[in-house]
Amino acid sequence: MDDALIRALLAGTGLVLATAPLGCFVIWRRMAFFGDATAHAALLGVALALALSLPVGLGVLAVALVFALLLFRLTRGGEAPDTVLGVLSHGALALGLMAVALLPDAQVDLEALLFGDILDVGPRDVALVWAGSAGVLAVALWRWQGLVTASLNPDLARAAGLRPERDDAVLTLLLALTVALSLKLVGALLISALLILPAAAARAFARSPEAMAVLAAAAGAVSVAAGLALSVALGTPAGPSIIAAAAVLYALGRVVAR
Amino acid sequence: MSGLRAMSLVALERIVVAEGGRQILSGVDLAIDRGEIVTIVGPNGSGKTTLLRTVLGAVRPRAGRVRQAPGLRIGYVPQRLALDPTLPMSVGRFMALPARPPAGAVPAALAEAGLPDIADQPLASLSAGQMQRALLARALLSDPDLLVLDEPTAGLDQPGSAAFYRRIESLRNARGCAVLMVSHDLHVVMAASDRVICLNGHVCCEGTPESVASAPAYRALFGEGTRGALALYRHEHGHSHDHGTRDG
Repeated sequence: MDDALIRALLAGTGLVLATAPLGCFVIWRRMAFFGDATAHAALLGVALALALSLPVGLGVLAVALVFALLLFRLTRGGEAPDTVLGVLSHGALALGLMAVALLPDAQVDLEALLFGDILDVGPRDVALVWAGSAGVLAVALWRWQGLVTASLNPDLARAAGLRPERDDAVLTLLLALTVALSLKLVGALLISALLILPAAAARAFARSPEAMAVLAAAAGAVSVAAGLALSVALGTPAGPSIIAAAAVLYALGRVVAR
Repeated sequence: MSGLRAMSLVALERIVVAEGGRQILSGVDLAIDRGEIVTIVGPNGSGKTTLLRTVLGAVRPRAGRVRQAPGLRIGYVPQRLALDPTLPMSVGRFMALPARPPAGAVPAALAEAGLPDIADQPLASLSAGQMQRALLARALLSDPDLLVLDEPTAGLDQPGSAAFYRRIESLRNARGCAVLMVSHDLHVVMAASDRVICLNGHVCCEGTPESVASAPAYRALFGEGTRGALALYRHEHGHSHDHGTRDG
């Protein structure tokens, strides 16, 4: 195996540490649109960072955080307004694409932004992904009991003296951070797929929330490895190959669990 | 401030709650003392659930004060649990939310709530009655000073409801915890209550079940002057009429 492939494998498995537990919450709390919208808004962050000559990662993180918090405020205290989220999600995507195109000198590889370029990650990216994912995982584990309780029924958490609104805000921040970590690897369009598909594949085999998160991590790691292998064998782009592998895993799981 | 109020587990003073421009609770006073069973009755949309959620701290009142005794432990039994099928949850795992109970506590709590040791079963496989008792068992695990139950017998038949309220009463007698609950089963629940509060946006009246039941204004209390308690009871269990209100 060449170095790029090893780095891709390392980065992908590191990212899965964050996307597996968060993906479970995205599914349990029906936040798929939320993840999508935040990921799409990250494109605006790229454009903004390049226009201001700031580090791209910083711009992505800042815009993802701001947008996620805006969405959080918008959706708090009521059922998720699907239409509003849909408008914001696709509006952010369209605006982000326009903003990137308006940048001088065409300094951006649009395909890499949309679908990621995991085979192009450097040693620093790998270290960053592992550090970021470990941080996300640590906070998720720290707030785990409260987050799971509130996913079931927020009033159960409140009666126990917890503050589910605060945990919701923490989850929102973790999602924004994960989006920022994922953008370079799988791209704006496939981030929420990486969150949802492994967790969905794990559901049929899990009997507890914790088992689902662990199985989602395993499914995610297998998808990364299988997707990279597919990508090498068929010459297909790596990001979509990983998601395709996860989709096949999900389908296989449905058949086996039956 | 009276001494009695100061000793209460929870005291609500002149609570006003509004949602979307509609005033749901106006000027409600409520104090729960140690060990008493208080039942809130009232027509649909009268603010019963909102009042419970205010006690929990889930609703922030627009005016008034909510005071909890320091270190108060509340055991909450929601009306129903909307269990998302994507969330795998066994009975035993549910019992450990949000605090992991000591070893052996879960089978004991299940038994106290009238269930066999079904900790390994998926929560989604329980019947309505079993689910209600599982919710009660989870609430008991925190060794609560105050049990808060929101229509705990919704979905149970009348003998099932009566048995559930007898269980609540014997739990109170054994543990000394206070109980605050909302109910539609006026006749059944009143026998098991120390105090009944009739709510309709404000406290219409309150007192012992006997004093409430024997009061000349009994019909007016429960039916807002148009329907008696029996009619309300029949309404809840019989045909459905739209009275332009929604369940609060």
